[in-house]
Amino acid sequence: MARRARWIAVLRTPVGAGAGVLLLAVLLLALFAPLLWSDQASAIDTEHLLEGTSSQHWLGTDSLGRDIFYRVLVASRTSIMLALLATALGVLAGLVLGTAPVLLGRRAGRLTTALVNIAVAFPGLLLALFFAVIFGVGAKGAVLAIGLAGAPAFARLTQTLVAGIAERDFVAAARIAGVGRFRILLRHILPNIAEPLVVNATIGAGGVLLAFAGLSFLGLGVQPPAYDWGRLMGESLNGIYVHPAAALAPGVAVVIAGLAFNLFGEAVAKGLGVPALVGPRLRTRTPETVPAAPVDDEAVLVVKDLRVSFPGPITPVRGVSFTIHKGEIVGVVGESGSGKSLTALAVAQLIEPPGQVEAAELSFLGAPLLGRLADRGSAATRRRLLGTSFAMVFQDPMTSFNPTKRIGVQLAEGAREHQGLSRRQAMARAVDRLRAVRVPAAGRRARQYPHEFSGGMRQRAMIGMGLMGAPALIVADEPTTALDVTVQRQVLRLLETIRETDDVAVLLISHDITVVAQVCDRVLVMYAGRIVEDLPASDLATGARHPYTRALLAAVPDLDTPLDEPLAVIPGRPVDPSAFPTGCAYRVRCEFVVESCSAKDPELVGADHRVACWNPQGRTVLGIESIRTGQR
Amino acid sequence: MTTATAVGSRPEINPWVRFAVRRLSRLVVSVLALLSAAFLMIHLIPGDPVRSALGPAAPKSLVDAQRESLGLNDPLWEQYLHFLQHLFTGNLGTSITTGLPVSDVIRDRLPATVQLAVAAFLVAVLIALPVGLAMGVLTRAGRRPRAELGFTSTSVVLAAIPEFLLAVGLVYVFAVKLQWFPVAGRGNVASYVLPVLSLAIGPAAVLARICRVELLAVLQTDYLRTARAKRLPATAVYLRHALPNAVTATITLGGLLLGGMVAGTVLVENVFGWPGLGSTIVSSILAKDYPLVQGVVLVYGVGVLLVNLAVDVALALLDPRSTIRES
Ligand code: SF4
Repeated sequence: MARRARWIAVLRTPVGAGAGVLLLAVLLLALFAPLLWSDQASAIDTEHLLEGTSSQHWLGTDSLGRDIFYRVLVASRTSIMLALLATALGVLAGLVLGTAPVLLGRRAGRLTTALVNIAVAFPGLLLALFFAVIFGVGAKGAVLAIGLAGAPAFARLTQTLVAGIAERDFVAAARIAGVGRFRILLRHILPNIAEPLVVNATIGAGGVLLAFAGLSFLGLGVQPPAYDWGRLMGESLNGIYVHPAAALAPGVAVVIAGLAFNLFGEAVAKGLGVPALVGPRLRTRTPETVPAAPVDDEAVLVVKDLRVSFPGPITPVRGVSFTIHKGEIVGVVGESGSGKSLTALAVAQLIEPPGQVEAAELSFLGAPLLGRLADRGSAATRRRLLGTSFAMVFQDPMTSFNPTKRIGVQLAEGAREHQGLSRRQAMARAVDRLRAVRVPAAGRRARQYPHEFSGGMRQRAMIGMGLMGAPALIVADEPTTALDVTVQRQVLRLLETIRETDDVAVLLISHDITVVAQVCDRVLVMYAGRIVEDLPASDLATGARHPYTRALLAAVPDLDTPLDEPLAVIPGRPVDPSAFPTGCAYRVRCEFVVESCSAKDPELVGADHRVACWNPQGRTVLGIESIRTGQR
Repeated sequence: MTTATAVGSRPEINPWVRFAVRRLSRLVVSVLALLSAAFLMIHLIPGDPVRSALGPAAPKSLVDAQRESLGLNDPLWEQYLHFLQHLFTGNLGTSITTGLPVSDVIRDRLPATVQLAVAAFLVAVLIALPVGLAMGVLTRAGRRPRAELGFTSTSVVLAAIPEFLLAVGLVYVFAVKLQWFPVAGRGNVASYVLPVLSLAIGPAAVLARICRVELLAVLQTDYLRTARAKRLPATAVYLRHALPNAVTATITLGGLLLGGMVAGTVLVENVFGWPGLGSTIVSSILAKDYPLVQGVVLVYGVGVLLVNLAVDVALALLDPRSTIRES
C-alpha cells in the first residue's frame, strides 16, 4: 500500500530513523522503568543526603537520600503519560471545535471559528495558567489545563484541513445524496484528515511534554509524593549550588524526550509531503580563450556558440549563435523548454549559480561580457556599460518590481548608480521616462507603489526603467505574456516606437509566433536548446523551411478557424533537456524524417536564411492559408 | 494620502482607514472576550472560591463576610456589570491574602516584567537578524551545505529547549560555576543578563531560521533579478532590495514569538526570583488568591493583545501591500 510505503520511506531517512529509534526508546522507558526501578527510586538512604555523584549513586541523592538517577528514569512514565493524555485531550477538543462548522451549520460554526481565532492569539502558557486556575492545582488540573490550552491551535488546524476536504466532489455528492452531517464527518472527512492530524499531534506532543514540565516546575502540576521531570527540577532548583546534577538531569531528560516526539513528527511530515530540493553548488566557468571580436560596427550583440548548463548535467542551451544589429528587432520563438528564455538571461548575464554560461564569443557593443576581468576598474566599466546601455524587460510585471519601494525610486536607482545623478535629478529623469512610455500623470505615478499600477502600466514602467540610460539593446523576455490582448498590442507598439525614435535594438523572446511575426525584422526559431531556423520575418508566412517552424505556424488559429474546432497543436511533446536524443532532436515529432535525421544533428546552414534540417521543406509548395489552417 | 488604486472605479475608502477600522474592531472583540473570560474564571471554579482560599478552618462568618464584600451573592449579570464598572475606575479588587488593592500590586510589579520582556525581545532580534541574514547569504543556492546543516540543527535544538530549562542551565554554568552573574534577584545590570538570555535564546534561534529562509525566498524573486538587471553592485542589491523585504517578513513572524515571550516571563521569573508579575501569578494561584490572579491574567492578556496590535501596525507601515491584501 502506498501509504505504508511512504511511512517506511520516512523511517529509512537518517533523521526519521534516528528520531524513530529515540522515540521508541523513550516510550519503552516510560513503559518499563517504574516496573523495574520503583523501589530503588523511592528507597530512602539517610546515610547519603544531598550527595553528589558517587559509584553508588550515579547522579547523587536528594534531600531524603533518594537516588536521583532512578528517580529520573521512573519519572518518565508520569511525564510522558500525562503529556500524551493532555495531547489527546487537546486534539479531541480541537477536533470538536474545528468540525463545529460542519456539524452545527453556518451560524454556530461562525461563532466557534471566531472564538478559536481569538483564543489562538494568546500564547499557550497563558491559556494553560488560565485553565489551571479553574481546574485547580495538581496532575488532573494540569492535564485539563494544558489539553484545553492546546485546543485552539488544533481547532485551527482542523478547520483548515476540513475546509480543504469539504470542497471535494465526494463530500458534495454525499451531501446531495442526503447523508447526515455527522455521517459525512465520520465517513468522509475524518479519514481524510487523520494523517496530518496525527502527524501534528506527534509534533505537538513534544511541546506538551515541555509545557507540562513547566507547569510542574512551577508547582502547579504534579503534586508530591508523585513526581515527574518538571517536579524533580523544581524541587532541586534551590539546591543547584550544592547539587547541580539533580536539577540538570531531569531537564536533559525532558529535552531528549521532547525532541524525540518533535523530530519524529517533523520527519514524518516532511516524508509524507514533497521532499525539498537542495540545489548543488556551481560557479560560472569561463572559456579558456576569448577570440577577438570581428569588426562589425553595426553589431550590438554578437553571440557565438552559447551554452547554458546546470548540474545534472543538463544543457538546455547548446550552441546558439546569432548577431543583432543596431535598431534591429530580433524575435526568438519556441515552446517552453526550448531554451529561449535562458538564452535571453545568459546574454544579459543574469544566470545565477548553479547555472553556467559558456560561449566562444559573447560581446555587447564590442566589449566581451564573459571572462574574468583583470581589475576592479574594468569590472566597474563593464557594469556601467550594461547598466546604461543594456535594458531588460521581464515576463511578469506583477512580480518584477520590488513591492515595498516606490516606482520612481526603483527607476531612479540605476541612474544614480551609473550616471552619477543626484536624487532629485534621477527622480526628474524617472518622471520624464515614465512620460516617455506614456504613463499618464507620471509625476504622481512615480510616487506610487507597484501594487497601485495595473499590469500594463507596470510593464510600461519596466520599459521606462530600461530607458533611464541610453539603451542600445532591450532584451524583452515574454514581455506581453502576462497581459491581456489589447494591452499586449500597446506594449508591442511602444517597443516598436522606441526602436524607431532611438535606433534601439530589441531581442524579443516569445512563445507566440504571431507576436514575433508582427513586430520583428528577423526570427530565430529555437528547439531543444538550438536555433533550428533563422529567417527574415517577412519570409515567415510563405518561406519557412524547417518542419518545426511550419508546425508552429500551422498551430496558429486564424479568423477562419471555427471556434468550436479544437486548437491545432503540434503532436508529441517537447524534448526533455536532460535527455536529448541523438541526431535531430525534432525527429520524434517530425513528419519528414529521412535517414540521416537519426544519425547526426543537422548544422544551421545558409546565409540570410539559415535552416538546420536534413530535409527542409520547399519554399513554394505551400501557400499561407494552407499553412495557417494546417491543411495540406 | 492619495492611494487610489489603478483598478476599479468605484469610490475607494482609503485602505488605511479600512485597515484601522478592521484592526480596532478585532481588538475590541478580543478585549471583550478577555474580560468575560477573566470574569467567568472565578465563577467556573468548582466549589466556593472564598472557602477554598481561606481554608476549611476559617469560620463561616468570615467566609460569608468575604463573599458579601466580593459581591458573590448577587445575580451573575449584576456582578459582571459591577466588574466592568470597577475596571473602568481602575479598581481590580483586593487581594485576599494580603488585603492590598490588586491594582497596587500590579503597579508595583509590572515594570520588572515589562523590562524583562522588552530587553529579551531586543536581544533576540539583535542576535537573530544578523545571524539569519549572514547564514542566508552564505548558504544561498545550496552553498556551504555543512554550515547550513550545523546552523539548522543548532537552531532546532536551541529552540526546543524551553526557557526555564535554559535558565537552569545558564544559572548552573554562569552563576554557579563561573560566578559571572548573580543566581537570582533583580538589581544591577549583571542581574539582567541571565534572565534576558534565558528568554531570548529560544526565540532568537527560531527567528534566525525564519530570517534565513525569508532571505533565500527573497533572493529567488523576480524583483531581485530586476535589481541585478540594473547592474547595481552586489551590496546595493542586498542592502536595498533583499534585506528590507526579508526583514519585514521576519518581523511579522517574529511578532508571533513576541506574544510567547510575554508568557515566557512567567517561567523565567520563577527561576530567578524576579519580582515581576510572573512570580505573582504563580504564587497567587498556589495561594488561591483569586482577585489577584484575575487582575494579573487581565494584565497579561491585554499585554499580548497590545503586542499583537503593535506587530500588525508595524507590518502595515513596513509593507503597504498588507493593508490592502488582507481585505
Ligand atoms: S532533420 Fe529530419 S527530423 Fe529533423 S526536422 Fe529535419 S527532417 Fe525532421
